[in-house]
Amino acid sequence: MGEFNNNFILGCSAIGAGLAVIAGIGPGVGQGIAAGHAAAAVGRNPGAKSDVTSTMLLGQAVAETTGLYGLLIAMLLLFVKPLLP
Amino acid sequence: MGQGILLSAGADIDFMIHGVFSYELFGQTVWITTTHVCVLIVMLVITAFCIAANRAVKHASDVPGTFQNVVELVVEMLDKMIGGVMGKFSPKFRNYIGTIFIFILLSNISGLFGLRPPTADYGVTFAMGIMTFVLIHYNQFKYQKVKGVIAGLCDPWPIWAPINMIGDIAVPISLSLRLFANVLSGTVMLALVYALLSKIAIIWPAALHVYFDLFSGAIQTYVFCMLTMTYITNACTTDE
Repeated sequence: MGEFNNNFILGCSAIGAGLAVIAGIGPGVGQGIAAGHAAAAVGRNPGAKSDVTSTMLLGQAVAETTGLYGLLIAMLLLFVKPLLP
Repeated sequence: MGQGILLSAGADIDFMIHGVFSYELFGQTVWITTTHVCVLIVMLVITAFCIAANRAVKHASDVPGTFQNVVELVVEMLDKMIGGVMGKFSPKFRNYIGTIFIFILLSNISGLFGLRPPTADYGVTFAMGIMTFVLIHYNQFKYQKVKGVIAGLCDPWPIWAPINMIGDIAVPISLSLRLFANVLSGTVMLALVYALLSKIAIIWPAALHVYFDLFSGAIQTYVFCMLTMTYITNACTTDE
């Protein structure tokens, strides 16, 4: 197969996996914003702390999903190696 | 050749699912994997707890002992959580939600005890996503009738129906992928720490275990049950 052998494909898969986990930026920013607003809400109304915390955690976990999709792509590229012939 | 860089760093990186033994069923080779074994162990633990709890509640005393206290605490906590979200529908779904809550929680924290968490296998989480999907649509047809379901599909305009349908199908997939990817990431990270840093991984991985197994596992359990309850409550609620 010339120079496009398995090692080349594996190297490109590793680069692709690295690019895929950049998807983690979005959820990171989103979770930070959610946590900041939750902190502001607790500051305004300390009595509702438990409600605010559970709502924040639920929203953060849902926002995390897109980052996890990127992680899954990276895992597939690294360990299942679908691109190898 | 054919080995990834990560896999060649140490031969003992091990977080994949392994087959234990296989048998032939109707011409298909069916593998019994480590996931089955771990699910079985988790099930045995839950069953033992349930038998003990049943005995404790049968011989309940007015001044509860330690074990009876624990059982009452668990049941009250689950009832409060489910009642807070589902309201008047909670008596019907208490059993199901409580069961999957305890099962997912024990599965997630079974990584602490050296098992491979069963929820880090997409087969397990997808089965639970399918159960949620069936419950959502069964209850939607039961409470909103066919007319309500069609009205819900054509929500702003009838042209929106395919998009709403895709949204419905995405629910179990995103639910199960969320749980699966969270648990899998913890499993993979701990396996990498133990394999690549085996010389210096002495006591500090305990902190990672607390985060990935206990904290993340509990949060994801809560999120899975919370979303299941929210979707089911939405399906049960009629406009009137």
